[in-house]
Amino acid sequence: MEPINQLTSTAVPLPIEDVDTDQIIPARFLKAVTKHGFGDNLFRDWRYDNTDQPIPDFVLNNDTYHGSVLVAGKNFGCGSSREHAAWALADYGFKVVISSFFADIFKGNAMNNGIVPITVSDAQLDEIFKSIEADPETQFDLDLNQQTLKVNGLVINFDIDAYKKDCLIKGHDDIDYLISLKSEIESFEANQVIY
Amino acid sequence: MNNPKTLFDKIWDAHVVREVPGDRQVLYIDRHFIHEVTSPQAFAGLKERGLPIFRKEKIVATADHNIPTINQHLPITEPLSRKQVDTLTDNCSEFDIPLFGMGHDKQGIVHVIGPEQGITKPGMTIVCGDSHTSTHGAFGSIAFGIGTSQVEQVMASQSLILDRPKTMRITIDGNLSAGVSAKDIILYIISKLTTSGGTGYFVEYAGEAIRALSMEARMTICNMSIEMGARGGMIAPDDTTYTYVNGREHAPKGDQWDAALAYWKTLYTDDGAKFDAEYNYDAADISPMITYGTNPGMGIAINGVVPQLKDHKALDYMGLNEGEYLVGKEVQHVFIGSCTNARIEDLRQVADFVKGKHRAANIKVMVVPGSKAVEAQAKEEGLDQVFLSAGFELRSPGCSACLGMNADKIPAGEYCVSTSNRNFEGRQGPGARTLLASPLTAAATAIYGKIVDVRHYLS
Repeated sequence: MEPINQLTSTAVPLPIEDVDTDQIIPARFLKAVTKHGFGDNLFRDWRYDNTDQPIPDFVLNNDTYHGSVLVAGKNFGCGSSREHAAWALADYGFKVVISSFFADIFKGNAMNNGIVPITVSDAQLDEIFKSIEADPETQFDLDLNQQTLKVNGLVINFDIDAYKKDCLIKGHDDIDYLISLKSEIESFEANQVIY
Repeated sequence: MNNPKTLFDKIWDAHVVREVPGDRQVLYIDRHFIHEVTSPQAFAGLKERGLPIFRKEKIVATADHNIPTINQHLPITEPLSRKQVDTLTDNCSEFDIPLFGMGHDKQGIVHVIGPEQGITKPGMTIVCGDSHTSTHGAFGSIAFGIGTSQVEQVMASQSLILDRPKTMRITIDGNLSAGVSAKDIILYIISKLTTSGGTGYFVEYAGEAIRALSMEARMTICNMSIEMGARGGMIAPDDTTYTYVNGREHAPKGDQWDAALAYWKTLYTDDGAKFDAEYNYDAADISPMITYGTNPGMGIAINGVVPQLKDHKALDYMGLNEGEYLVGKEVQHVFIGSCTNARIEDLRQVADFVKGKHRAANIKVMVVPGSKAVEAQAKEEGLDQVFLSAGFELRSPGCSACLGMNADKIPAGEYCVSTSNRNFEGRQGPGARTLLASPLTAAATAIYGKIVDVRHYLS
């Protein structure tokens, strides 16, 4: 996993609430056996019509908006547990997703793939959308270690689990830590009664 | 009582291996189900790291999401699906994991076969790379969906690093009316709490209306916990649970059974235990439910009207209008299947309703049993003949049109009354319009060719 700490970028706005993982990557594109290439089908059915032509209204087809930050409406990533959603976002080039609420499994999947999910208040999210609308070149400055996001003079201090923050900054994943606990897990098993 | 605990806390605490700095805990996992879609990258990751599977005997594999539901005796023709299923077969063979692959008499949807083989038991921690793993909570276990990175972690260590969810209790007292089933209860709850109302919580369902449900009905409720964002849902085990588990292939036997039962009987929420959130509903207030929008929280009583919405995106997609009645609306498809509603009781309920009747000419009906065992039982009871006479197509087990990964898709713009769990845009195929409902409402829709209030058609 690639480490991430500081990042400066413009952002892509997606002011839609309850974006489910079926929209992020539809089920028919889950047939790969590797983690690569999902970015081509990110938001497939909003991005392309049924003849595979780009839909001009969709934000990913609009050159005005670009960058490695995605700003999305409330409850982003609900639905299926498919990690392919996180792989698709990462493969496309997103490193940060900002929303006022994230679905549980998606949030975990994002952090396990080096994507920082940043939860802001509804009011802050509105303000961020307005800033991007007023100036698509608005810069977003992330400092993960300081847990700050600066947007157009607005300084947002966000919460993130201390353990996962450390993993993101170092580029570590949970598996390294879990393997180091082998003997402890074996002791747990020895004392467990199972039926 | 000193320090009263919730059912959730009792099971969670019994599985904590250690604390992790930063408010996380290492949780031991008793059972791991895998399938072809969310496991290949986990196996590849293990191989890349040169790691063995830590406890292969705790993993059970099946092929369900991607497989065709016709001609299952033939090789899969779609190359990508075939490759994914072949990859699962190769991985299970390489790592010596039991696989109930296509054609195996124990194959089926992962959340159907676990319970029916007695693999799912009270007090367990159970995971699978599938959000509907919450189904297994019906037995009084902590069961939840995980991502593929976590599938790999469980393969490598039989453990996960997790933040402890908050607890919620949803109590449904009173009695259900005729024509109202478990599916209506859960669609009602989600319509109240919304698609994000349970996020961050683990839910316990309680109350006399829940206690009165069969195990299969309880599975339908717990299955859709994720649709309100909850990490999982659970129901305390009771005589209904023990009777269901007893005698199944992987159930404890003899003295082991007695010991297990003694433990399982301690698995309930103590009087005075505190939940972080509590909701109470009356079963008598619940009507047959149907969804009108593009997430499972967008549900109404069958005789209600589409409500006013601040955002019209969902209604534009569905081709519906505010204030419109759904009763009387013509649809083109009925899908009876999925890990929510494809068990034998669901098929019996549908067959009971349609016996001696025939589907309406405008409707195509697909019935996809949840497992080979359900399919065999349906045939033994003659339900296949009822479906045949009614003009319903009975297919072979799989996830099928719930998510349209195989060829079972609903065409763009057409409506499907579906017993599955998600009505997201494109879920049943690009442009497909899904209306979620109970098996009984789906059966009645198939017969009358339009959405009906099944309560008016009960004998």
